[in-house]
Amino acid sequence: MALAKRIIPCLDVENGRVVKGVQFVDIRDAGDPVEVAKRYDEEGADEITFLDITATHEGRDTMVHTVERMASQVFIPLTVGGGIRTVDDIRTMLNAGADKVSINSAAVFNPDFVREAADKFGSQCIVVAIDAKKVSQPGEADRWEIFTHGGRKPTGLDAVEWAKKMVQLGAGEILLTSMDQDGVKNGYDLGVTRAISDAVNVPVIASGGVGNLDHLVAGCIEGKADAVLAASIFHFNEYSIPEAKQYMKERGIEVRL
Amino acid sequence: MSSVAVIDYGMGNLHSVAKALEHVMPDVEVLVTADPEQVRNADRVLLPGVGAIRDCMAEIRRLGVDKEVAEAINSGKPFLGICVGYQALMQRSEENGGVDCLGHFDGTVRYFGDDLKETDGERLKVPHMGWNEVHQRFDHPLWHGIDDGSRFYFVHSYYVDAVDKPLVAANCHYGVDIDVAIARDNVFATQFHPEKSHTVGLQLLKNFLNWDGKR
Repeated sequence: MALAKRIIPCLDVENGRVVKGVQFVDIRDAGDPVEVAKRYDEEGADEITFLDITATHEGRDTMVHTVERMASQVFIPLTVGGGIRTVDDIRTMLNAGADKVSINSAAVFNPDFVREAADKFGSQCIVVAIDAKKVSQPGEADRWEIFTHGGRKPTGLDAVEWAKKMVQLGAGEILLTSMDQDGVKNGYDLGVTRAISDAVNVPVIASGGVGNLDHLVAGCIEGKADAVLAASIFHFNEYSIPEAKQYMKERGIEVRL
Repeated sequence: MSSVAVIDYGMGNLHSVAKALEHVMPDVEVLVTADPEQVRNADRVLLPGVGAIRDCMAEIRRLGVDKEVAEAINSGKPFLGICVGYQALMQRSEENGGVDCLGHFDGTVRYFGDDLKETDGERLKVPHMGWNEVHQRFDHPLWHGIDDGSRFYFVHSYYVDAVDKPLVAANCHYGVDIDVAIARDNVFATQFHPEKSHTVGLQLLKNFLNWDGKR
């Protein structure tokens, strides 16, 4: 009787192939993004996210074609992130068939880009991706900071304050990746997920470090996330989307079955 | 070959809805257009829309889409409005400080508010984004093959509050009861996005392409 929590498989895409890093270093291959997306669509995924980790221009053109192929075959929402730096980048991806774009480091270097993007295309299609890492020491009050460059560069920006600022500028959704957890499969950082979800009025997607179905449940209940994103547990058939949804439903979470 | 005009007034991604129509009925001609002649000659007309209502209404008026919509509705041909294309059919929206809309239905488009809560006190996020249950109010050819209570995909911060409740074809609950589909004669319109709503959404689009515009 309520809005369903969304399950979002995320495909890291490099030069037209799905990859997934473990702590952003050890990369494994999970195949053609459109084929993977179709399988998720058939299984009942609520959305798909493509994160383009390609650095080259040729690779970015490949991504546009991948999004076009995807959009003519898969009829659930698609978010595209990675390398979105200009209004033209956004327009290209939306025209190719993406429903939302995710802005990451460009927001850190130029926060006003988020305002410009939201003014031009509407907040509903502007997701701001935040990579947060815990910086407080044991015994101190919890504090998380924004990191860039795959978690290597600290920015000194407080993650919760940053999220609030992004929403004020027009972000329609926050994609929160807790960096110290990512790829190590210990689950989401529930503290920062809950702190940001409580602090902003827009939906928050929890991301980073999912190793089992209890992590998805905890993200929704303790982390108060509106959606949960995961990659490798789905890519390598450890769990299927229907298994994940059934598991969540049995624990009292609204899902779309 | 039957044809459907998807009215293009420069607001939002029309690729998805055009691809979805082609997907459910490969032999239908899908025209993404604002040309009055093409809209007039099409067998069916679809009014999409995303973004802020003020910008949408400004473009609708500047391009003469308001006249195309009125003509299509009066012609009796099947007409489908989606999201802002649904809201635009109402009398007025509270968005952007108040904007007059096309007035084909008596009703107001209202803001969910900044402190929206579920009846049990749970705080609700705005926009209303994701899959929610759609409760059908009456039988309609566009509901054919779609179970009552099926979940459709929504993304919006403003909702329709219609005056003529008997015309409301579906409700949804998100803190408040909202009117998420309306039907009168040859017109059907939805707040949710059928083109993003997987099999149930594709079924609704297929029903639209098979619909003769009568109840």
